Amino acid sequence: MKKTECVAMLLAGGQGSRLGVLTQNIAKPAVPYGGKYRIIDFPLSNCINSGITTVGVLTQYQPLELNDYIGSGKPWDLDRTGGGVHVLPPYQKQKSADWYKGTANAIYQNFPFIERYNPEYVLILSGDHIYKMDYSQMIDYHKEQNAACTIAVLEVPMEEASRFGIMNANPDGTIYEFEEKPKNPKSNLASMGIYVFSWDKLKAYLTADEQNEQSSNDFGKDIIPAMLQKQEKMVVYHFTDYWKDVGTIDSLWEANLDLLNPKVELDLSDKKWRIYSGTNIAPPQYIAPSAKVQNSLVTDGCEVYGELEFSILFENAKIEEGTEILDSLIMPGATIKKGAKVKYAIVGENAVVGENATVGESPEEYGGEWGVAVVGPNAVIESGETVAPKDMICAQKKRGAAI
Amino acid sequence: MRSDRALALVFANTGDALLTELTAFRSMASVPFGGRYRVIDFHLSNLVNAGIDKIGIIPRSNYRSLMDHIGSGKPWDLDRKQGGLCFLPPFIIGSDSGVYKGHIDAIRNICTFLEKSHEEYVILCDADTVLNIDLDKMLKTHIKSGADITVAYKHGVMPDYPAGHIVLKLSEDGSAREVLVSTKTGCECDYGLGIYIFRRKELLDLSLKASERGYSSISRGILQQNAETLRIFGYEITDFACAIDGMRAYTDANMALLKPEIFHELFNSERPIYTKTRDDMPTRYGLSSDVKNSIVGDGCIIEGTVENCILFRGVHVGKNTVLKDSIIMQDTEIGDDCEIQYVTADKDVRLQSGTKLRGSEGCHFVIKKGGII
Repeated sequence: MKKTECVAMLLAGGQGSRLGVLTQNIAKPAVPYGGKYRIIDFPLSNCINSGITTVGVLTQYQPLELNDYIGSGKPWDLDRTGGGVHVLPPYQKQKSADWYKGTANAIYQNFPFIERYNPEYVLILSGDHIYKMDYSQMIDYHKEQNAACTIAVLEVPMEEASRFGIMNANPDGTIYEFEEKPKNPKSNLASMGIYVFSWDKLKAYLTADEQNEQSSNDFGKDIIPAMLQKQEKMVVYHFTDYWKDVGTIDSLWEANLDLLNPKVELDLSDKKWRIYSGTNIAPPQYIAPSAKVQNSLVTDGCEVYGELEFSILFENAKIEEGTEILDSLIMPGATIKKGAKVKYAIVGENAVVGENATVGESPEEYGGEWGVAVVGPNAVIESGETVAPKDMICAQKKRGAAI
Repeated sequence: MRSDRALALVFANTGDALLTELTAFRSMASVPFGGRYRVIDFHLSNLVNAGIDKIGIIPRSNYRSLMDHIGSGKPWDLDRKQGGLCFLPPFIIGSDSGVYKGHIDAIRNICTFLEKSHEEYVILCDADTVLNIDLDKMLKTHIKSGADITVAYKHGVMPDYPAGHIVLKLSEDGSAREVLVSTKTGCECDYGLGIYIFRRKELLDLSLKASERGYSSISRGILQQNAETLRIFGYEITDFACAIDGMRAYTDANMALLKPEIFHELFNSERPIYTKTRDDMPTRYGLSSDVKNSIVGDGCIIEGTVENCILFRGVHVGKNTVLKDSIIMQDTEIGDDCEIQYVTADKDVRLQSGTKLRGSEGCHFVIKKGGII
C-alpha cells in the first residue's frame, strides 16, 4: 500500500458530562456550534485543509448521531480511496472485548488501523475545541526539531493556568515537565491536547504502557510523563490564534457568541480555510416583515418573525411573532412560540418554548445566582412557564412527569 | 424494481432566448433562483423525489456553469452505478454540427441512449419552469389512464409571454381534443408546463416521424400532428408552478416566494429541493441591519436596510444602504450609502458606495454578471 506520511487520530469518545442535557444523547463532538456546524467540523476541516486525508475517529459514548453525521466523510472531502475518514468504535477481539480504558488505550486498540497506513507520524486530536490550525506546519516543526513528540501549547493568563495541563519548557522549547492542573503553575503554556508523535516512539510507549497494570492509559497522565522520564525529545509548538475549549455550558455559549464579537479573531468566512459541515437540506432563511434582526447569525431553513439580537439561530429554527431573543443560541429545529422571551440561554435541538414563556434573564436584571439557562434537546416548555437562569431542563423529565 | 419504470430527459436550454439578460453566460437550467438554487434543482429534485434516478441532461450551448453546478450529481444523490446522471451534449455526426434546433433533433441525436435504455417510460422536462410537483403521482396516472402521452398543465389565465406555449382543449375524460401552439388567450385556459410522459419506444418512433416531416418541436411535430390519432391526456398541476419565460416572469416568480404560503408550497419537507452546497458561514446581520420580508441565502453580510428582497449566497450590503424590491445574486457586493430599488443584479456585481439605481416593478434594472457600477 502507498505510504501515508501522517495519520490523524481524533479522540471523540468523551461524554462531555459538563454539558449536561446537551450531551445526554449525543457525544460532545456532535454538539452544534455556530449556526450550522458541529464541534467535530473544526478538527475534520483543519485536517483536510492541512492536507491530512487519513483520519480515524475514535468513538465510544453515544456514537449514533456522530457516526451518522460523519457518514462517508464526503462533506469534508474525506471520502477517499486509500484513506479518508474511518469511525473506530471499540470492538470485540479474539481474546478480549474492552471499552477504551483511556485516551492512550483507545489508540493502542487501533494499532492495526494505523499500521495499515505505515505512517511516519501520528497526529492526536480531540473533538472538544473550536480553532483553525494548520497541522502541516506543526508536523514540519516536529520534523525540523527531530522530536519524539511535539505538543501544541497556548499561552493562557497566569491566573487561569491552574485550570489546564501545563507544559514547563526550557527556552529552546524542549519540555522538562508536565503538570496537570497545577496549584502553583510554573508556566502559562497550556496543552491544547494536540500531539504529533513519531509513530515508532508512540508505538513503543503505548505498548509498554499496556503492560503496566497501574496505568490509567491516558496521554496526559501516563504517556507524556513516561516519555519525559526516558528523556525523549519533546518540544512545544506555540499556537497564537483563537482556540476555545467548549467543555462547559458557559464556554460553549461564549465560544458561540464570540462569532458576533468583531474583536474576536475567528473568521469562518475565510475562503482559503473553510470550515465544512454536514449537508443541511433546507430552503434559504426567511425574515418576515415583523422581524428585527441585529448583530446575529442566521442560517438556512430559519424563519424569523420576532426580534433577535446578539444571538445565533441554527438551521431550521423558527422564531414566531412578538418574541424577544437576546444573547442566546437557538439550536437546530427549535421553535420559539409567540410572545416568548429567551435571554442568555441555550435552547437545544428541536426544543419548543411555548407562548409567552420566559427562558433565562440577563445577569444585570437577575437577583439570584446567575448562569446561562438551558433547555435540553426535544424539551417542551409549556405556555407561560418560566425557566430561571442557570436552570437546565431535560426532555425526559417532562415526559416522565406526564406519565 | 420501482426505479426501472421511467427515465427522464431534461432540456437545459429551453427558453434561453427569452431570458437573454441572464442566459448570456449560462443555460436556462443554471439560472439562479430563490436565494440558493439554480432552476434545474427543481427538476432534478422533483425527479429524485419521485424515485426516478436515471436522468439525461441535454444541453445545447453555454453549459459550463451547468456542468460546474451539477458535478457528479451528488447533491441529488445521482452519483450512481445504476442509472444516475448522464450529460448528453451536442455530438457531431458527419456534416451535422450536432447543435439541435429543437427537442425533436435533440432526441434524434441521443437515440442510442434511449434505445439502450430499458425503462418503459420517459419523462421530458423543459428547464424553464420552477415547480415542486409529485411526478410519481403523474406517472402513475399516466400508466393507469393508458394514455400515449400525458402533458402537465395548469389551469388559469396564461401569462402573456411570447413563448411557444401550448394550450390544451380538453374533453371531460381529460383527453385533449386539440393542441394549440403559441396562441394568444386573454382568458382562462389549460396551458402546458413543458413536462411530458411518453412510452420510450413510442417517443423514438414519433420523433423519427416528426423529424422526417421537418418538424423540430414536440408541440407541433408530435402533439399537434397526432392530436386526433393518439391518446394525449392532460394532468393538472395545482401546486405553485411558474414558467420563467422572460425577465418579468423571472422577477415575479422570485418575488412570489415572499408570500409564506407559496414559499412553503415550493419548499415543503415531503419533497425537499436539493442543491449544491457552498459551505458558506451563516449570514451575519450587523448592528445597523434592518431586514424585513426577505429571503436570504447563507454567507451574506448585511449592514444596511433590506426590504422585499431575494439575496443569494455571499451578498454584502453596506452601511446606510437601502435596498428594496430587488433580486441580488451570489457574491454581489453593494457598498455603503446606496439606494437601490427594483434591481436584479446577476452574480459578482459591484455597486460602488453611493450608487442610486431604480427600475420599476414590471421592469427591473438588470445588471449583468460581473458588472461594476
